[in-house]
Amino acid sequence: MAVIKLSESKINFVKDICKQFNNEGGEVINVLHKVQGEFGYLSAEVQELVAEELHIPVARVYGIVSFYSFFTMTPKGRYPISVCLGTACYVRGAEKVIDELKRQLAIQVGGTTPDGKFSLNCLRCVGACGLAPVMMIGDKVYGRVTADKVAGILAEYNN
Amino acid sequence: MSHHTFINITFNKMAKIKSLAELREIKEKLKSNLDLREKSENSEELIQIEDAKTHVLCCGGTGCKSSESDAIVANFNNILKEKGLQDEVMVVKTGCFGFCEKGPIVKMIPDNTFYTQVKPSDVQRIVEDHIINGCKVKDLLYLDPETNQHVADSKHMGFYKKQLRIALRNCGFINPEDIGESIARGGYEGLGKALLEMSPEEVVAEVTASGLRGRGGAGFPTGVKWGLCARNEADQKYVVCNADEGDPGAFMDRSIMEGDPHSIIEAMAICGYAIGATKGLVYIRAEYPLAIERLQIALGQAREYGLLGKDIMGSGFDFDIELRYGAGAFVCGEETALIHSMEGQRGEPTFKPPFPAVSGYLNKPTNVNNVETFANIPIIITKGADWFASIGSEKSKGTKVFALAGQINNVGLIEVPMGTTLRDIVYEIGGGIKNNRQFKAVQTGGPSGGCLTSKHLDTPIDYESLMAAGSMMGSGGMVVMDETSCMVAIAKFYLEFTCEESCGKCTPCRIGNKRMLEILDKITKGNGTMQDLQELRNLADVIKDTALCGLGQTSPNPILSTLDNFWDEYVEHVVDKKCRAGVCKSLMSYEIDSTKCIGCGACKRVCPQDAISGEKKMAHHIDNLKCIKCGACYEKCKFGAISIK
Repeated sequence: MAVIKLSESKINFVKDICKQFNNEGGEVINVLHKVQGEFGYLSAEVQELVAEELHIPVARVYGIVSFYSFFTMTPKGRYPISVCLGTACYVRGAEKVIDELKRQLAIQVGGTTPDGKFSLNCLRCVGACGLAPVMMIGDKVYGRVTADKVAGILAEYNN
Repeated sequence: MSHHTFINITFNKMAKIKSLAELREIKEKLKSNLDLREKSENSEELIQIEDAKTHVLCCGGTGCKSSESDAIVANFNNILKEKGLQDEVMVVKTGCFGFCEKGPIVKMIPDNTFYTQVKPSDVQRIVEDHIINGCKVKDLLYLDPETNQHVADSKHMGFYKKQLRIALRNCGFINPEDIGESIARGGYEGLGKALLEMSPEEVVAEVTASGLRGRGGAGFPTGVKWGLCARNEADQKYVVCNADEGDPGAFMDRSIMEGDPHSIIEAMAICGYAIGATKGLVYIRAEYPLAIERLQIALGQAREYGLLGKDIMGSGFDFDIELRYGAGAFVCGEETALIHSMEGQRGEPTFKPPFPAVSGYLNKPTNVNNVETFANIPIIITKGADWFASIGSEKSKGTKVFALAGQINNVGLIEVPMGTTLRDIVYEIGGGIKNNRQFKAVQTGGPSGGCLTSKHLDTPIDYESLMAAGSMMGSGGMVVMDETSCMVAIAKFYLEFTCEESCGKCTPCRIGNKRMLEILDKITKGNGTMQDLQELRNLADVIKDTALCGLGQTSPNPILSTLDNFWDEYVEHVVDKKCRAGVCKSLMSYEIDSTKCIGCGACKRVCPQDAISGEKKMAHHIDNLKCIKCGACYEKCKFGAISIK
């Protein structure tokens, strides 16, 4: 097993969470939710630690992390952008919004800008279909987005 | 956040409710707070109540919240206080009104005035003009797109006229964070009646007699499902609420949980009593933070008032509920996959039988129902199976909630009796197609469903008719499309979704869908052959017959139904290499009509590729080798000189 490079405080945090769930293997999804909520993503080291604490194989933890789209193994940007690709947004032109974001940020979907400022992802239905197409930056929802509004929205984060 | 100035008894000091009589007593005490709202809801005529207090209902659903409805509520409270009106006017943050297109919504009671797209800065005017001076703020009223007239109140809006709200009965009506409002509205009376006046068998029989069928999509009779689970003896059984709403474009379950969480709790407890389970689990998407928060508040209040926990209402029946979070896997909507996910496994489905009713969560008998199904239960128990069965069509009883979206004027959440025609939904409730374009198709059932076309407009919508038309009810997403949607691209869109969400366990779904996607991709790029169309159909049939779970078995539906209904469009893509909707980029090019172009240069400026050339005041030209077909020039041209070829 690889040598764990996590800081002491992070290790303790993960151990504490696992303990809260009685170190039960069946609680692995709940544990991962809490851990990702704190760290933003689930690195290989964190997954190994969770596996050890819950007494289950690392393969099972990795199997779960890679199965569920909510879990991520790469750090997101400071301002994570998610464009809704639910059907309502799709038929109202969400793809054009994504194309424009890709062009302006020069990254692909799933990527993060080199300065770590923005990351770009798609999600399925925020449930604000009345405002379609919808994109989110962090927790802020932008409704009725069109390609020509993209530059203005990104500019809000220029400082 | 709740405002109890109207309520005379302090709830927090309430002891646990120990009998149905006690519950009813509290209901009577609190009822006056809702009287005004109920009268306004039920009376046909506008009611004029002298000295009536005003209720201001503000939508606090996810859609409206993202357009600052919280600030609207705060402004109301501040300004009313400034004017000394805080005891005359009750501000209530409710669940979703359904009319998300024009959110945030503010509804005034008693006259049902329906203000749309309200901004926090509009609150001052509403307080001064409407509340103090009694005249409506005209420019905030809903503008009927057909008559171009402002509509004075919600009763006269086409959007609400044909709706019948049963599952959504409390959404946009009560404060979901206040159990008092729920009780005043009859909440937990169904549970009390079931526990204290009915045997478990009678509850199952009542639900069976109502004709209620699963609202998650497949339409299995709910009472029969309960009966199967009730029959199995075990030391522990489970009630599971499937709130893993993953169908892109459907958000009714989220709205119900946000707007009326107590109904779900009550229904799960009723189900627990009927099947002999003492534990309930809600499997909810982690992407629904507001629904989670409201459910947690509601669970806490229900426990506090003895409506959950030990010896509920003195009946001797124990029941409690826990939340389990999903992690974004569409396949977890399938009940066996959902159960594995709750157990901390990958959410992969397993073969049925054994059905969850025999061996489900932790190998114990488990009953899984969807949120909307549960939302119907309490009112079936209080009003009776006969009442419920009198609504709807012959084989599909009650109502169905649809998330109406796409190229339609009124996007939102609607609830109609089963058997309502598609025409009524699209043109009466939905207000017709956006920008007066032509109706082309409506997609129901999400990635598992299919498309209905103009020839189905007069079909009454129920489980059977949708199946017969090659689609399905699904969870209730209803996406309306006009001529700007390419049906081949839509089929591809859904298949991309299925491929991404396939768990990979069975070969037909994992590989078959991938092969179909490759063929569709080939067709949309202009490289398809007639042989490919045949191949698509063959593959679709095989996957339908052989996939392991509901996701795989229904994944070919969007393809089969578009092949059936829009064969011409497929042939055009393959033979003529044309996409009539102008969606498939490889099959189109933009051209400037030199007789219409005045050389203003607007297209040239907006082109990101410098693909447009031309002198000022002379006809411009697009270099198709440089053009990336983004369509920016097409949208910019005011003279209609640019066309899609």
